[in-house]
Amino acid sequence: MDKMVPYPSGAIVPERDVEKTPILETHHLGIDFGGLTAVDEFSITVGRTEISGLIGPNGAGKTTVFNLLTNVYQPTRGTIMLDGKQTAGKTTAQVNRMGIARTFQNIRLFSNMSVLDNVKVGLHNSIKEGFFASITHSLGYGKAEKKANERALQLLDFFSMADMANAEAGSLPYGAQRRLEIVRALATNPGIILLDEPAAGMNPSETAELMENIRRIRDTFNIAVMLIEHDMSLVMNICEGICVLDHGKIIAKGTPDEIKSNPAVIEAYLGKKKEADGNA
Amino acid sequence: MSIASKYKALSKFARTNIKTYGLVIIAFAIMFPLQSAGMLNNSISGQLVPICTYIVLAVSLNLTVGVLGELSLGHAGFMSVGAFSGVVAAAAFQDSVGSDPLRLLLAIIIGGIFAGIAGLLIGIPVLRLRGDYLAIVTLAFGEIIKNIINCLYVGLDSKGLHFSLKDTASLGMTNGRIVLNGPQGAVGISKIATFTAGFILILFTLFIVLNMIYSRTGRAITAIRDNRIAAESVGISITKYKLTAFITSAVLAGMAGALYAMNFSTVAPKKFDFNTSILILVFVVLGGMGNILGSIIATTVLYMLPELLREFADYRMLIYAIVLILVMLATNSTKAKQITENLKLKIKGIFIHKNNNNDGGEVTDNG
Repeated sequence: MDKMVPYPSGAIVPERDVEKTPILETHHLGIDFGGLTAVDEFSITVGRTEISGLIGPNGAGKTTVFNLLTNVYQPTRGTIMLDGKQTAGKTTAQVNRMGIARTFQNIRLFSNMSVLDNVKVGLHNSIKEGFFASITHSLGYGKAEKKANERALQLLDFFSMADMANAEAGSLPYGAQRRLEIVRALATNPGIILLDEPAAGMNPSETAELMENIRRIRDTFNIAVMLIEHDMSLVMNICEGICVLDHGKIIAKGTPDEIKSNPAVIEAYLGKKKEADGNA
Repeated sequence: MSIASKYKALSKFARTNIKTYGLVIIAFAIMFPLQSAGMLNNSISGQLVPICTYIVLAVSLNLTVGVLGELSLGHAGFMSVGAFSGVVAAAAFQDSVGSDPLRLLLAIIIGGIFAGIAGLLIGIPVLRLRGDYLAIVTLAFGEIIKNIINCLYVGLDSKGLHFSLKDTASLGMTNGRIVLNGPQGAVGISKIATFTAGFILILFTLFIVLNMIYSRTGRAITAIRDNRIAAESVGISITKYKLTAFITSAVLAGMAGALYAMNFSTVAPKKFDFNTSILILVFVVLGGMGNILGSIIATTVLYMLPELLREFADYRMLIYAIVLILVMLATNSTKAKQITENLKLKIKGIFIHKNNNNDGGEVTDNG
């Protein structure tokens, strides 16, 4: 793991990314639902190939942050810069095309479609096939579909899922459904992928495999990964930078070691200060 | 390889194509000679073109309801737009285009275009709504169209077409004839629709709809139906693809409407009311959501049913309703599904048995 070093702004990123524009930057991001402030003063910086974690107790607003980053919700305050460009006023689909992809806490696959078609939906914007090619099955349809099939199979193969290509997505075992969601998100060719509780419901060996896969995603696709996770061993193992959220506010930011020993974090998780055993 | 195993090795698209086009072509190949030899009784031969148009309507509605997953209750509205713009077009081209089939083609195309424009105008505001709200607004749209055409007067003279929303007198024609006469609808239509034209329109519709389902566009539409939020998250523009499906569906309904109108000498606007929309929806639901072949079969059977039940006289609509309920129950109960599954397995068993006798273990390798 690279050393974490500060930008001039003070935000820390892995040393290898410090020369480049951060993939994701938020400034004083906040959203209110009615009178309730769900997220407030959320400012983070994510390096181009950084694996970062977003943790916090239940109801802290972690998924709300993901929804803000993908413009599912429009922020009440603050700005989001994706690859140096503002995302304000864009739709979720447009923000995806700008380079942010995500998975969901409760799996959202196109369950009646085949595994292959799920990935091909992810490839949607990289397939060159217009409306008239679609309805006539000519004008480049064959070439576009062939290319899409090849690319989809290649991506599935990356997660050893190529043999399931023709199965119905809804019929896959739970772990495979989670993997397929990641493949589909990767198919959109993002610069950063947001994983919402990727290890939820997984056993230790599946979690270990997932950890390995997250590293492979970063190394192979050369992209940033940001994840929400309750499995602390996973977070502490693979995340380079961690951000802790409680009641919609950031209570701590830093490397895994800094977070482990942060009294505010321990208090947020355990209620009040007790002897810290290092695993929070 | 035997034919059965070759068939199984084909892609799902190819199999659906063979089944769907096959059924339509076989049905035409049987009915056409019977019709041209005059062997059909009047009631059946008079139903041929309407059946064709309702098949096109059901297949096109299935694109909105089954594939896109949005409930539309205004399909008759698009049919109506297509019917009356088609009639006006056919009347306008009466002198300049001599050939009947060509004039019919022009009427169908213009009907499709106008219905498509209506689809675009209604689709932009309406497709932001979901579920029940969309259903109610499309229902209202159907009624609005009906009422507009109810007070629309169109006349044709040597100077061209004249339009009015008041009465025939305000058309300002001295000689010339009335094409649309308000509540009476289209009058004096030249009956140029033929069974063959209906057959071709069905093939055209199937070509568009089936190709679309198995394409990038179709995948995007199905993805929106299966999970709108996930579809958006992978960069699919919801509005664009909802509109694509909705307008395509409207264009095809308009074409069917034009063909339908050209089969009668008069067509009144009240023919295309809420009941007609529901009738088409019933065909789609009974045939199966997203199941194109099912729509075709359900339309044919259900459209013919009242005719076949004619001997029950006053009770025929009662029996029609009972049959509908029974079919609904039979296709949706788990027990009935189990029985059909078992039947399928048995039939498959026969085939596999045969294959094993014919060419040994070869069948095992095609999954």
